[in-house]
Amino acid sequence: MPQRKPLHLHVPEPTGRPGRDTDFSYLPLSAAGAKRRPPVDVAAAQTNDLAFALIRVLDDAGQAVGPWAPQIAPDTLRRGLRTMMLTRAFDARMLIAQRQKKMSFYMQCLGEEAIACAHALAIGDGDMCFPTYRQQGLLLAREDNNMVDMICQLYSNARDPMKGRQLPVMYSSKKQGFFSISGNLATQVIQAVGWAMASAIKGDDKVASAWIGDGATAESDFHTGLTFAHVYRAPVILNVVNNQWAISTFQAIAGGEGTTFAARGAGCGIASLRVDGNDFLACFAATKWALERARSGFGPTLIEWVTYRAGAHSTSDDPSKYRPATDIQRFPLGDPIARLKQHLIALGIWSDAEHEATQKAVEAEVVAAQKEAEKFGTLIDAHTPSIESMFEDVYQQMPAHLQRQMAQVKQLEGQV
Amino acid sequence: MSQMTMIQALRDAMDVMLARDPNVVVYGQDVGYFGGVFRCTEGLQKKYGNQRVFDAPISEGGIVGTAVGMGAYGLRPVVEIQFADYVYPAFDQIVSEAARLRYRSAGDFTAPLTMRMPCGGGIYGGQTHSQSPEAIFTQVCGLRTVMPSNPYDAKGLLIASIECDDPVIFLEPKRLYNGPFDGHHDKPVVPWSSHPLGEVPEGHYSMPLDKAAIVRAGATVTIIAYGTMVHVAQAAATESGVDAEIIDLRSLWPLDLDTLVASVKKTGRCVIVHEATRACGLGAELASLVQEHCFYQLEAPIERVTGWDTPYPHAQEWLYFPTPKRVIDALQRVLEA
Repeated sequence: MPQRKPLHLHVPEPTGRPGRDTDFSYLPLSAAGAKRRPPVDVAAAQTNDLAFALIRVLDDAGQAVGPWAPQIAPDTLRRGLRTMMLTRAFDARMLIAQRQKKMSFYMQCLGEEAIACAHALAIGDGDMCFPTYRQQGLLLAREDNNMVDMICQLYSNARDPMKGRQLPVMYSSKKQGFFSISGNLATQVIQAVGWAMASAIKGDDKVASAWIGDGATAESDFHTGLTFAHVYRAPVILNVVNNQWAISTFQAIAGGEGTTFAARGAGCGIASLRVDGNDFLACFAATKWALERARSGFGPTLIEWVTYRAGAHSTSDDPSKYRPATDIQRFPLGDPIARLKQHLIALGIWSDAEHEATQKAVEAEVVAAQKEAEKFGTLIDAHTPSIESMFEDVYQQMPAHLQRQMAQVKQLEGQV
Repeated sequence: MSQMTMIQALRDAMDVMLARDPNVVVYGQDVGYFGGVFRCTEGLQKKYGNQRVFDAPISEGGIVGTAVGMGAYGLRPVVEIQFADYVYPAFDQIVSEAARLRYRSAGDFTAPLTMRMPCGGGIYGGQTHSQSPEAIFTQVCGLRTVMPSNPYDAKGLLIASIECDDPVIFLEPKRLYNGPFDGHHDKPVVPWSSHPLGEVPEGHYSMPLDKAAIVRAGATVTIIAYGTMVHVAQAAATESGVDAEIIDLRSLWPLDLDTLVASVKKTGRCVIVHEATRACGLGAELASLVQEHCFYQLEAPIERVTGWDTPYPHAQEWLYFPTPKRVIDALQRVLEA
């Protein structure tokens, strides 16, 4: 009998920890423009190579190169950049408001702005996104974005569309194609597939867009979502935002070591792309491709967006306890705003002066919305919505037991 | 009126609603072509096509999760979980999503789903084909939990559940699918055709989701039961000669408190009967409500006759299942107290 070595449990570790730089060579990259753009009716199995590659459009000089370079009007490009800047300004301002205790909690999307903002500009009215808590760009990128309502939700104030029932950032806006956010991870992925199945059942042409982070792909609903999307050829885009981190756990702990998240889609028979999530043009082009594929009845697409969570997980998190502070400067895909800015300047449709003016304008826009929202109270004002609103909407009509409980609270609070 | 088994009545309810509302869709494991392992959806796919009635992968979380998404789109899904014992993988979708969607979105999105699942024992189903998990659902705010005990109620309650804009857990006692069962397993099976509630109206009718039924009027003790236990309680009353008032809850939560309270105030005694395990079962909430609302009229401690606090056994089926003998024993205790 040969001598066997004792087994050893493999527990993946990030290469970088506080005080030790990350070795980003674990990320398979491809040169900008290097990857082919298949027709939208491609058989899923014919995209397997793209699930292990990286679709990129913007090169280091800010030039749009290769078959994925989209035809985008200069106005749309400028709007895309402005939208990303607005999203970043919104996050920065709300982070401060949380520190001032005007709200209990906040989550930024710093560094991930391109994915949601480009997606929002690409998809159509009537399509439905099923976001996580880190796609605020989907709302802010809309021409009819309602920042005041968003801030009222964050403040749980008298104008909060969610009536103070939801933790901050758990927005819902049906009319803006933004499904109600749940704290339970991954649940929305299979719901998006169901929404897409409904669109197909009714002979509609609307598409659903499902969102999930790298960490949450380990939840069973992710697997379930892929299976149902594949089985019923549902018109859905399955977006996996791989920002490398799930709170403190590196993406390898979610199952990313030696593989990609796009590969999961390929394994389930779903056309799959892996895309530079900090490249606005690649984000826009890949979304348009998946959207056209879905809308034409060719089935679902999984897109892994490779990016980096530049900020803390939430206002309750301190990333310096588990990862190097230098990571964001060393991440090979850079910053999405800086890269699009470089491209627009190279095209001659943007300038440093315009950038500065836009920065001031978006900051002023956020400040104005914040001032308006504060007229309806903040958390620190103890400006809570009504007793009734706590008991309403549990059911369509309030059952007798809830009426009795509501009467009890009202009596205690002297509101009979 | 037609003679129907509970299976036929449930199928008829889905047939009526599929014809009436183009947004109703029916799906689940083996539900489509084959017509369901209990035949409850037989012929529906052939009649309405595979865009309305279809087979699903073996994924309870996926079945309920897609239904939540379809509800958000505007459909009215009626999904089947093959056995209530297998609902647990869908738990996150039911509790965190379907039940909370209206509340958390302030009515922006709703989940008008009906989740059908065969439940209950008395069929030598062993541990994973006999469970009665209703208390797991009645505890979830935002859900309605319903359980019929006869073909007439089954059709009316299922139509009402499908039409209801709240998510409904619709539990079907599979022991009652083909005929009433009073717990006497040694006697021949009785078909629904010999039972008055096997007479089911044609076409559309619905029954309120928050109303109990007094299935036997009585003066000395109130028996609160639902599902198969309604028939067990009736047998116990007949055989013991106790003048019991038997209430079939039908809607387990939210429930018809007024009917319970009025009955116990009249009789002064109360026995609660369910198949589910005892500790923290629905009986505990029922006993608590009766105690709270009828304390000064109660002349004896409230008794509970339930399944034991064990997993559902196979060989010991009739030691576990609450039989008329056990109900009679409890009736005697409350009458002697």
